[in-house]
Amino acid sequence: MARVVVDVMLKSEILDPQGKAVQGAFGRLGFDGIASVRQGKRFEIELDGEATPEAIAEIERAAATLLANPVIEDFTVHVEAGV
Amino acid sequence: MIDTVELAAKTPDQPQPWGELGLKQDEYQRIRDILGRRPTNAELAMYSVMWSEHCSYKSSKVHLRQFGEKAPQSDALLVGIGQNAGVVDIGHGYAVTFKIESHNHPSYVEPYQGAATGVGGIVRDILAMGARPVAVMDSLRFGPLDADDTHRVLPGVVAGVGGYGNCLGLPNIGGEVVFDPSYAANPLVNALCVGVMKHEDIHLANATGVGNKVVLFGARTGGDGIGGASILASESFDDSKPSKRPAVQVGDPFMEKVLIECCLELFEAQVVEAIQDLGAAGISCATSELASNGDGGMYVQLEKVLLRDPSLTPGEIMMSESQERMMGIVTPENLDAFLAITTRWDVETAVIGEVTGTGRLIIDWHGETIADVDPRTVAHDGPVYERPYARPDWQDSLQADGPGELPRPGTGDELRGTLLRLLASPNLASKAWITDQYDRYVLGNTVLAQPEDAGVLRIDESTGLGVAIATDGNGRYAKLDPYTGAQLALAEAYRNVATTGATPLAVTDGLNFGSPEDPAVMWQFAEAIRGLADGCQALGTPVTGGNVSLYNQTGDAAILPTAIVGVLGVLDDVARRTPQGFREPGQVIYLLGETRDEFGGSEWAWAEHGHLGGRPPSVDLAAERELAEILVNASRDGLIDAAHDLSDGGLAVALVESVLRHGVGARVWVPDGLDPFVFLFSESQARAIVAVPRSEEVRFTDMCSARRFAHQRIGVVDDGGVLDLQGQFSVPVDDLRTAHESTLSSAFDA
Repeated sequence: MARVVVDVMLKSEILDPQGKAVQGAFGRLGFDGIASVRQGKRFEIELDGEATPEAIAEIERAAATLLANPVIEDFTVHVEAGV
Repeated sequence: MIDTVELAAKTPDQPQPWGELGLKQDEYQRIRDILGRRPTNAELAMYSVMWSEHCSYKSSKVHLRQFGEKAPQSDALLVGIGQNAGVVDIGHGYAVTFKIESHNHPSYVEPYQGAATGVGGIVRDILAMGARPVAVMDSLRFGPLDADDTHRVLPGVVAGVGGYGNCLGLPNIGGEVVFDPSYAANPLVNALCVGVMKHEDIHLANATGVGNKVVLFGARTGGDGIGGASILASESFDDSKPSKRPAVQVGDPFMEKVLIECCLELFEAQVVEAIQDLGAAGISCATSELASNGDGGMYVQLEKVLLRDPSLTPGEIMMSESQERMMGIVTPENLDAFLAITTRWDVETAVIGEVTGTGRLIIDWHGETIADVDPRTVAHDGPVYERPYARPDWQDSLQADGPGELPRPGTGDELRGTLLRLLASPNLASKAWITDQYDRYVLGNTVLAQPEDAGVLRIDESTGLGVAIATDGNGRYAKLDPYTGAQLALAEAYRNVATTGATPLAVTDGLNFGSPEDPAVMWQFAEAIRGLADGCQALGTPVTGGNVSLYNQTGDAAILPTAIVGVLGVLDDVARRTPQGFREPGQVIYLLGETRDEFGGSEWAWAEHGHLGGRPPSVDLAAERELAEILVNASRDGLIDAAHDLSDGGLAVALVESVLRHGVGARVWVPDGLDPFVFLFSESQARAIVAVPRSEEVRFTDMCSARRFAHQRIGVVDDGGVLDLQGQFSVPVDDLRTAHESTLSSAFDA
């Protein structure tokens, strides 16, 4: 068993209205010193077997197809240690 | 190292990426000739986006002039072509502005955001005229319903149109959806917006008054959509260049909603001279258009633009297509009041320059001049191409291959089967799966919306004054004969508006074609414009503005020539509007107009035989005008209770739609001398069906007779729950509904 984590973020040049709304809310609630917020998604995927290079490659393909919209989003895949 | 005007003068031979920016060699040379030196990077960015096909209309200009030259005299036209949108007088001091615009290529790359920002862009165009946006419509074209790519693109586009419009709180009151293989990998997303104002609130986007401030407000400028105008909209897709993909913008409808209210308050408080929206080509477009439409000069300090991404270069800032931004021209004495209003709405604002009388658009970056151009050369004096055009050699054989040889249904059973199959075919099937995702009634002024023939809005609560709008455009007809096809699109939209009881007033057009570098496509384009301009002249409805989208093709295959025509009409009292559905048993059904054996380009030939050939139905604009007057008068005098125009699928489909609306039934008979098949499925134009209360029947037929307009009593509304075509077949209304309403939901609700 291995846990693979896929983090999906909007590309840096793409507007993030949700992040902007969170940033605005921070200011209104009195949390100071926050320059910018960007919001993304995190997927935790349990594999049946080990995190072999083939399995990771398959997850990357799955992420590009389903989890992320590669036109406007980037994603990273990493294996979470100690699970 | 910033590329300044000074540096450009000293380094004439420095290589520049004009090719990557979409410029041709001779266009680049022309920029050098205009400037007398090489352009700076910022100037190159400006010229490349403003001289792109999308912004400059360089291939279409020579043909579009006909809309002005042939424009009919119309007292209703307050602002014509050339501004952000045309404005039409609808009486009682009210003016309405409306326009259609395409967002085709972005919607293919990123369906949701492409469609959403298409809606956002046209809403800002309407807003810039000083009007409050009150409704949107969308005209969509997709590849075959069963194609994989359609299943990627359609749900995204529909969600994008719905998401953005619903968040703005604007009702989506109509439009159309058509499927055809030619739109595979090249969907069309044309969005229309309509706005309302009082006559005195009309604003033109001109930068006048030397010393007035240039203010940029709304969202911050980011790296989205850079090069979108020049790169996305002006070249055909090519699989080998995935690098073009990030040129996508993301919209924020809540920001836009705030911007709408903020701009309307700025206009109301009279603290702004002019507002221009930022769309394609961003700041390059707004500065050069405002300056060249006004006193001719502008000075901008580009470093004052508020950025979302501080690493942007000056050229990128000039080209960025970040959404939800506006540029205002403000007198110095009004500036404080202006800023007070934008601050109150929490809209970030930066004074970035001022209007000058120098005739130059000068842009500085931290004290160094990075652009010094005559704004007219950027905005208006771009290249104009007399592209060669020629009637394609296949046109004759296409027209010769008429539908006459196709096997036709003969027996009652065969006619019944044909009807049920046509009702379920993608183009004729109910589009409720799509339109139910749009809010049709928000704001509380929607009188009619899909699936009615036209959307009808109440404008003034006290008098009931309202407008009706419809869009249409049959690409198959236009393929067979682009001149006639464009007129057929106009005729249908005109008829749709009149069917609701509104008097048609004005036209907006979305012209979607393939590559202008293909003489066959250019011929289709030239013919369609000629047809539309002649048609508008004959119907007395001027073109007020619109949009041209070229390069809609993948490889060598162009889309069907698709001229989408939006017609706006006025109703004195929306309480008098005529809906589509039959309601009262006992009312008499009349068919208005002449039915001929016309099946070229018909839905029957396409859906049943996959056939496209022959000639489209003939156009008779005088008959369209007469029919419209009958429908409008009958509505005003209360002579009819329902009306539905006849178009794709002919009488049979119109009857079914009118019966299904309220689930009644009808008995219909074939008039003497007409072939049942032709009666049911011909797509002859200038026709409508109406339901007449028996008490009004004599008055109604007297009116038609006095006008010598063909009218035939073809049936009676009943409550039997069956559509009975006497002597031929009968179908329970429930079966009709199942056939009509299952297609889209079973395709997309997997």
